[in-house]
Amino acid sequence: MIEMVDVKKTYPNGVIALNGVSIKIEPGEFVYLVGQSGAGKSTFIKLIFREEVATSGEIRVNGKDLVKMKWREVPMLRREIGVVYQDFKLLPKLTVYENVAFALEVVEESPRQIRSRVMDVLEQVGLKNKARFIPDELSGGEQQRVAIARAIANYPKLLIADEPTGNLDPETSWEIMRILEEINASGTTIIMATHSKEIVNTIRRRVIAVEDGLIVRDQYRGDYGYEA
Amino acid sequence: MAMKLRTFKRHFREGFKNSWRNSWMTIASVGAVTTTLLLVAVFLALMMNLNHVADNIEEDVQIKVLVDVTATEEETVELGEKIEAMSNIESVEFSSRDEELRSLISSMGDEGSPFELYKEDDNPLNDAYIVKALDPHDTITIASEIETFDYVDKVNFGQDVVENIFSFNSYARNIGLILIIALVFTAIFLISNTIKITIIARRKEIEIMKLVGATNWFIRWPFFVEGLLLGVLGSVIPIALLFTGYYYLDQNAAVINKFDFITILPFSPFVWQLSGIILLIGAVIGVWGSVMSVRKFLKV
Repeated sequence: MIEMVDVKKTYPNGVIALNGVSIKIEPGEFVYLVGQSGAGKSTFIKLIFREEVATSGEIRVNGKDLVKMKWREVPMLRREIGVVYQDFKLLPKLTVYENVAFALEVVEESPRQIRSRVMDVLEQVGLKNKARFIPDELSGGEQQRVAIARAIANYPKLLIADEPTGNLDPETSWEIMRILEEINASGTTIIMATHSKEIVNTIRRRVIAVEDGLIVRDQYRGDYGYEA
Repeated sequence: MAMKLRTFKRHFREGFKNSWRNSWMTIASVGAVTTTLLLVAVFLALMMNLNHVADNIEEDVQIKVLVDVTATEEETVELGEKIEAMSNIESVEFSSRDEELRSLISSMGDEGSPFELYKEDDNPLNDAYIVKALDPHDTITIASEIETFDYVDKVNFGQDVVENIFSFNSYARNIGLILIIALVFTAIFLISNTIKITIIARRKEIEIMKLVGATNWFIRWPFFVEGLLLGVLGSVIPIALLFTGYYYLDQNAAVINKFDFITILPFSPFVWQLSGIILLIGAVIGVWGSVMSVRKFLKV
């Protein structure tokens, strides 16, 4: 699914975010990405999503060579990847339904398909009855569920979650984790950056730890490993 | 780029919705386009009429070849044939010295009567050929060529006047064109800045569209439509004023104008053509300004 070979990323201001990262993630895996703020987690995610381009090295996502990729081809890559952010990134003026439908309009689905797919994914995240609400009328956990629904609407093979529980209380976080596990169970690869020791230590999955731009640990059924 | 009809409709709907939602910005942009196009319309109308007048004057430029008084009748005819044989002339007309005197006297009106004395053998004027060039700009070269022919006393074509008219015309055209281009760019700049303000508010929307895999054109189209709408709306008032203003001018031109060699371009088709040009410039200003302002936000 994802393959990186000796990937380096230096930002124009001279900051070295990644300093030679090699990794292989197989289809269907659930991977935690842990590490302190500024360790390189965000850059790792941005490279996969082609928000940033690697300074050197090779990156392949879903069979596509991201280094040789032309900017014209980037939208096609992103249609195969769903993303969920800590701050949800929902459009405040649109209803829950419209926020999810938005992702499908962009890829020019037919209105009939959009309607049935949006209702399907809203049911999957348990928000079918709140389709007409606007984001401000929902709790944080519900807003994150809308964001997840939007991310999976286009049947992505890969879901990236950048601290999806960062703004949520523990109870709500478990709810989000349950949904992510369900999505993973249906075959979608998930990469989740997180600071939550509790989650990582409870739901044991592969853990990739990043420190100073390097992978310092890669462990199946691993634990958080830091004293938080 | 094949686009599905419903996507096309969506872009139109979004473009109109956005202009409506940001109605103050729309009014400001339309105002900028309107002002620019009014100036452009006035400039263009002036320039095109000036051109028209200049063309008329240029058309009237003619060369008068004075035949040497000592030339015999055959020699005069020979000269006429030689001029007629030149390739770049439109017409050659013979005017005898008597005709020349008569036209001189009549052109001077009451003051011409003293010249009556010169009639018959005392006529001091020459026989003449009146030559018109096929292209008025060749007048000077033709005149100097004829000057080298035999039996030619003198060649008159109002050299100063002709040269002045030609250079004035080309100056007027260039200056007008530069002014119009400057105006258009100012308007594009104004619009792109106005739209940029509305885009900053829509930044998040664009960012999310990019995240879910929208192509740049998918994001750009609604802005394209919005710009087109601004341009077209901005050209409504200038075109309306052009129609009424020029109609009024056309109706009164004959009364005001004492010099019948200066005529303005006829209302139809001139006003229609100019309106088309104004509409086109408006559309270009709107679309360009709008599409330019999204550019920066598409880089993610």
